[in-house]
Amino acid sequence: MKNTLEEQEAIIDGGEESSKKRRVVIPGEVIVSGEDYLPSEGARRQGENIVANRFGLAEEAGRVIKVIAITGAFVPRRNNVVIGRVTNITFNGWVVDIDSASSGFLPIDESPRFINKSDMDQFLAIGEVVAAKVWSVNTRGIDLTIKGKGLGKLEGGFIFRVSPNRVPRVIGREGSMINLIKEKTGCNITVGQNGWVWIKGNNIDSEIRARKAIEFVTEKVAVEGLTDKMEAWFQEN
Amino acid sequence: MADKLKRIDGRKSNELRPMTAKVGVVPNADGSAMFAFGNTIAIAAVYGPRLLHPQHMQNPATGILRCNYDLLSFSVNDRKKPGPSRRSQEISKMTEWALLPVLDLKEFPNTVIDVQIYIIQADAGTRTAGINAASLALAHAGIPMKNLVCSVAIGKQDKDIVTDLTKAEEDFEGGEGPTDFPLAKEANTNEFTLIQLDGKIPPERVKDVIEFANQACDEIYEVQKKALKEVVEQ
Repeated sequence: MKNTLEEQEAIIDGGEESSKKRRVVIPGEVIVSGEDYLPSEGARRQGENIVANRFGLAEEAGRVIKVIAITGAFVPRRNNVVIGRVTNITFNGWVVDIDSASSGFLPIDESPRFINKSDMDQFLAIGEVVAAKVWSVNTRGIDLTIKGKGLGKLEGGFIFRVSPNRVPRVIGREGSMINLIKEKTGCNITVGQNGWVWIKGNNIDSEIRARKAIEFVTEKVAVEGLTDKMEAWFQEN
Repeated sequence: MADKLKRIDGRKSNELRPMTAKVGVVPNADGSAMFAFGNTIAIAAVYGPRLLHPQHMQNPATGILRCNYDLLSFSVNDRKKPGPSRRSQEISKMTEWALLPVLDLKEFPNTVIDVQIYIIQADAGTRTAGINAASLALAHAGIPMKNLVCSVAIGKQDKDIVTDLTKAEEDFEGGEGPTDFPLAKEANTNEFTLIQLDGKIPPERVKDVIEFANQACDEIYEVQKKALKEVVEQ
């Protein structure tokens, strides 16, 4: 799990406290002007200006300008680790609700071992919770896979939701935050990019402590050096 | 002309009521905002993109926008009968049309973006306050859009053009009678997404109305911009 989360972090966050220039932009606002720049995600070219296409944080990485989402619903992307609930079983896979506009589909071929089509519900029944990776996003829907470390059916523990936009913060730079919480509470934690968090520990007290720690992180949005603050929080609680 | 005119609340002809805007007022929505023109207060909440039901309304080429405008029963002096009405359905539809030109929903096929607009206090100009709030809420929900939409109602007091009418001014019967002219436009452009007219106006004066609207929309845009930027800095 750790490895996959770190990859995620690198893709989505790009280093929370890096030295890249960032500022809040609103739709239609000119980010930079000049022919040298290239618009990336969430930005477009209008004449000689690069204009924001959505509300978020504008980031300049060399010549490339992009706008990072800070609010709004979860939009799945390839390689996102998500947590979802099985809502239906079809002849060749499972339909998984991942809290986004369209539900995910987990084909039977994507399971790590052979499963007989007649006893699919023994492997994953309706209502059970699974951690999966987004394999592809297309107009027909979202394909999932559970091949990978830390993926698969989640048993025991509990799940709760945080805002999907806070997930990079919960994970921290290269997984620093989530590893700290895991270490201090001794719990097994999986954070889905869709904002679902699964916690399983040895006892209920440590699970609740881990949940409180994660909720503490999600409340502190624009705080610098949050990992240090988290360490202090663990001293107090 | 502008200075001699006496308005009921002492404003200049091109002066808006004090505006307030706040983003993120509904924690459970994907995006939300409040926008007020004086005593008119609108709240907008955006949900989605989410799967659209009934299924026959789904469009595989693009997502769709669905607005619902509701003037709440306690928002006016005489209790309004709650529930949808001919008026609210019409305003819902026209709000949709005013907002759709700035949105790009091609990324979200087969889905819907629901915009709920509630008028919690009404003193004329509810549809324009609703559009301003909805535009903020859509931006807050992170929906791809090329610009914000600003909306204002221009009206007429006898022969004089005035900005942002109150209910008392809207009901003013003297002279040429009441005229209400709601407009919505893409901020900082000349692209109008809504023009309605209720009342009478000489065609040659429409130019003045547009000029008043442009000026008012610039002010509204600044308020909207400030509200959106504030939400991150809290």
